[in-house]
Amino acid sequence: MPETKKLMYINRKAPYGTIYAWESLEVVLIGAAFEQDVSVAFMDDGVYQLTKGQDTTGIGMKNFSPTYTALGDYEVNKIYVDKESLEERGLTLDDLQHLVWEDEDEDYAEKDSIRLVSRAELSEVLADQDVLFNF
Amino acid sequence: MLHLVNKSPHDGCNLDTATSIMKDGDSLLLIEDGVYGAIKAGKAASLLEGRSVSVLGPDLAARGISEDKLVDGITIVDYAGFVDMVAASDNVQSWL
Amino acid sequence: MSSIEANGKTYETDEEGYLADLNTWDKDVAVVMAKIDDCELTENHWEVINFLREYYEEYQIAPAVRVLTKAIGKKLGKDKGNSKYLYELFPYGPAKQACKYAGLPKPTGCV
Repeated sequence: MPETKKLMYINRKAPYGTIYAWESLEVVLIGAAFEQDVSVAFMDDGVYQLTKGQDTTGIGMKNFSPTYTALGDYEVNKIYVDKESLEERGLTLDDLQHLVWEDEDEDYAEKDSIRLVSRAELSEVLADQDVLFNF
Repeated sequence: MLHLVNKSPHDGCNLDTATSIMKDGDSLLLIEDGVYGAIKAGKAASLLEGRSVSVLGPDLAARGISEDKLVDGITIVDYAGFVDMVAASDNVQSWL
Repeated sequence: MSSIEANGKTYETDEEGYLADLNTWDKDVAVVMAKIDDCELTENHWEVINFLREYYEEYQIAPAVRVLTKAIGKKLGKDKGNSKYLYELFPYGPAKQACKYAGLPKPTGCV
């Protein structure tokens, strides 16, 4: 049995302006197949990736915001959002999509995936990881 | 002169530079990730005070920013409006 | 760019036979794609194909096999939500082969 590693994907870029956000999401989904202990963090402009109501019809790009709601299916259910980054940008948790996962052990009860954390809390989570991937 | 900003206000200093160099009568158009600068409750909103500012609607929609979140007095334009603004300006400065 | 003919219509595909534009998909092209693989589509196949199209519509991705298996089990019952059942229907791999017939891109992370 190979050792399970703690992997964290850190997202710090806005969606659409660059390809980082979508590339990161693809890597997270691919990586989820390896049954590691995966968590994802959104900080700085990365918090913009999770806003609800995205409609890309007018810019002719794929709207990948619905894909974040599939993360729960991939058992990626530790999603950290940096509180200070949200506040600086005039956003609150209400402006973000509601991300959930279903707990099979509790009759598929829906649980929140997003954890709103302070910089200090995020710093603790980061320190606890084996590998960090930056996007 | 028309100033274009296409980067997030938190990514580099484009919006700071553009707004500090703008003269009376100049306009600013926020496009792509630049539209994040137009959020009223955001840290960068104060940079837009007293400026003539427009944002590109399709870029707002793509990013899930609704009109009620924007700085008061801002104009939303579509691609045709973008072209009109460029055509109406004697010069365009793109803060890439 | 390659293409497939079905019922007098031409459908553009990539070199592996996946539809270039998922909006051009219809049941006719799915049947022809399956025929190329010597596979006759039954009700059970369509159940999975339709499920995949709905999944893509909602999440904008083709699910990984593990996710597909679990979701099928939840929606269509445990007797269908297992790899044995899905591999019997789609011997080339449920994600790869069923996604192709459903007009979706190859699942993310599939090589």
